[in-house]
Amino acid sequence: MSSATDTQVPAAAPAKARRRRGLRRLSARDRVVVALLLGIPLLLDLAFVWFPALATVFLSFTKWNGVGGLHTKTCLPNVPSILNNGCLYGIQNYHQAVTIYPEFWPAVRHNLIWLAVFVLFATPLGMLFAVLIDRGIKGSRMYQSILFLPVMLSLALIGIIWEFMYSQNLGLINTVIGRNGNSNAIDWLGNPHLNLWAVLVEATWRQAGYVMVLYLAGLKAVDPTLREAAVVDGANAWQTFWRVVFPVMRPINVVIMVVTVIESLRAFDLVYITNKGINGLELLSVLVTSNIVGETQRVGFGSALGVVLLVISLVPICIFLFQTFRRESREGPS
Amino acid sequence: MSDAGMSPSRRTLLRGLAGAAGISVAGGLISACSSSGSGSGTPSSGSSTGSSGTVGGTVSFGSNYSDPGVKAAFASLCTAATAATGAQIKINTVDHNTFQQDITAYLQGTPDDLFTWFAGYRMQYFAAQGLALPIDDVWAKIGGNFNAAAKTLSTGLDGHQYMVPIYNYPWVVFYNKSVFAAKGYTVPTTWDQLIALAKKMKTDGIIPFAFADKDGWPALGTFDILNMRINGYDYHIKLMKHEIPWTDPGVTQVFQHWAELMPYMQTGANGRIWQDAAKTLEAKQAGMLYQGTNQVAQQYVTDKANLADLDFFVYPEINPSYAQDYMDAPTDGFMISKKAKNVDAAKAILEYIGTGAAEADFLKTDQWDVGLAQGLSAPTYDAIQKKSVVEIGKCKAVAQFMDRDSDPAMATAMIAIIQKFIDDPSTGNIATLQKSAEAQAKTIYTS
Repeated sequence: MSSATDTQVPAAAPAKARRRRGLRRLSARDRVVVALLLGIPLLLDLAFVWFPALATVFLSFTKWNGVGGLHTKTCLPNVPSILNNGCLYGIQNYHQAVTIYPEFWPAVRHNLIWLAVFVLFATPLGMLFAVLIDRGIKGSRMYQSILFLPVMLSLALIGIIWEFMYSQNLGLINTVIGRNGNSNAIDWLGNPHLNLWAVLVEATWRQAGYVMVLYLAGLKAVDPTLREAAVVDGANAWQTFWRVVFPVMRPINVVIMVVTVIESLRAFDLVYITNKGINGLELLSVLVTSNIVGETQRVGFGSALGVVLLVISLVPICIFLFQTFRRESREGPS
Repeated sequence: MSDAGMSPSRRTLLRGLAGAAGISVAGGLISACSSSGSGSGTPSSGSSTGSSGTVGGTVSFGSNYSDPGVKAAFASLCTAATAATGAQIKINTVDHNTFQQDITAYLQGTPDDLFTWFAGYRMQYFAAQGLALPIDDVWAKIGGNFNAAAKTLSTGLDGHQYMVPIYNYPWVVFYNKSVFAAKGYTVPTTWDQLIALAKKMKTDGIIPFAFADKDGWPALGTFDILNMRINGYDYHIKLMKHEIPWTDPGVTQVFQHWAELMPYMQTGANGRIWQDAAKTLEAKQAGMLYQGTNQVAQQYVTDKANLADLDFFVYPEINPSYAQDYMDAPTDGFMISKKAKNVDAAKAILEYIGTGAAEADFLKTDQWDVGLAQGLSAPTYDAIQKKSVVEIGKCKAVAQFMDRDSDPAMATAMIAIIQKFIDDPSTGNIATLQKSAEAQAKTIYTS
């Protein structure tokens, strides 16, 4: 990589000058095209990302059931909710979420558990699959297909497939281990101490395959001469991977890390299919939905939960962006 | 809730995403693409001889009767209404879960003239916010067809009528006649008899009560009936509207009675869907099941189980001052939206639907619900339906169901609380759960 920058730096100055001259040479028509091509994505970005995000932040300071309009009056204390609608509510939504709402802290905890399991177990498992398949073990194509199969299924379908596995009296797992009776059945999806882990098995089943495919693509791109050199130097398979292959794959590792974090923060489908995210399966994304979607909506309260999720998501996003920009500035303008 | 299918549709999820992104009320964004169902259109000329005279134009009817059987029954009801009134009806059928979840946006966007809905606070809530049209003039004409209880169910908080009911069904204790005959069990009428019977069933190797609460709502029914048996109907309704705190000793009593019953209820309820609980009853592994006829009898028909063997009794008496006077009997009906375009024709249609003949016609293919019109005994009723009519008629008052009698947000909170109770019915946990319920009720109803 350093050799690449060495050759680029001297070439940078004339290249920049050429480009500036190029921009001036653009005809009016070209400028319109450029403006359109930049402007349309920018508008879409503002309309569908920034506006909803900022609107959510605003709504989180109101109390509103979705009927009628919003106004800028402050909510009155101790008045029936139906008369107290569309008003400014201060930080009450946040206050209620962390003090009274019993689902909030379990949801935060479950989101963190989900993240931890993905980072510490599901993703390394997928990487392991990729490395094993990349070594060309017998029947690697078959394994590859089998492990990739879950990725092609929608999460909703995965949830339904696993319900057949976990069902108490009729499910495959309890039938095989002989625990499907009326007194000794294991309540995989109903027991709040078990069901999060049961669902994480479902999620891992899919995530490992996903990571495997991404990582396999990266491994195929690694220059084989690097490995040969390592073997010549007397490194064993373990050392070759950790000292040579893994560092070369840094860009892929970053992508996989981002994918892992995103997948665990946006977890929703599986728990929603399983039991709508109640009774031990609370997640922040589900709480947002259950408060905002439905007959009587608590839009302000749901928005406050959405903002909490946004803030949590900002942490890995900022780390990623910081890393990316730092790398770009280190490599210098090109 | 008491509506079977709880599987989320793609549309629900999309709406969830839209909501999560903060664009929650997009007017008719979703309702606009509602599936335009089978129109009932038998074009009828103005010469038809309807009792309420003929009115012109087309009326759109938003329907959540999306299951095939009830959809066909609804279509034939609309055909009959067209014949009677001369108004064309255009039916827009939407999956019933989606319909319920979208109701706020639907009624504020471009709603249909008429729409299907539920009685109780669930109706009053939308009426109170000016999303439905009062139909006192319709009730002036059809009032004689119904008893006072049915009229109360159709009345909003402001004293005006907003709904015309079509059918209801009771929540009762189901059992198989053959099992009771073979084992020599008798129908219990008091709490002590119920506990004794449950004990006997347990020693006979039968699960006394089949029980499922994975969907969250079925167990709310058990709370309702215990509360009405112990504390009475007025107390129950006050509690549902949060005029009595959830920390009240009366509520503690309800949970204590329930805890006494827990050893006799099927374990692992939080992981079982009610359909599977009904299957345990069908297989005669369980002795009893407390649920609505709309679910249990329907499940027997779906599974081709022996419907003739199925029977029920009303929940046994606990407090002698309230005996067996009350039950949950959820009622469904029809309302006119505030933004309706063809109000006259819509009212004419409701006048037709609010007759015994129309209800009997609607229930032709139905083996579990019963009509509300007075003296109605449809020729197609089976034993369960005939008994339902009698038992609902005996009640001094009927409740609707927790999620219809209270703010649905409170029902959602209670779903979580009751599931926690099922996990741990200890005295200490009951106190904790009551405190949590009260704290949440305060944020939902007042503040």
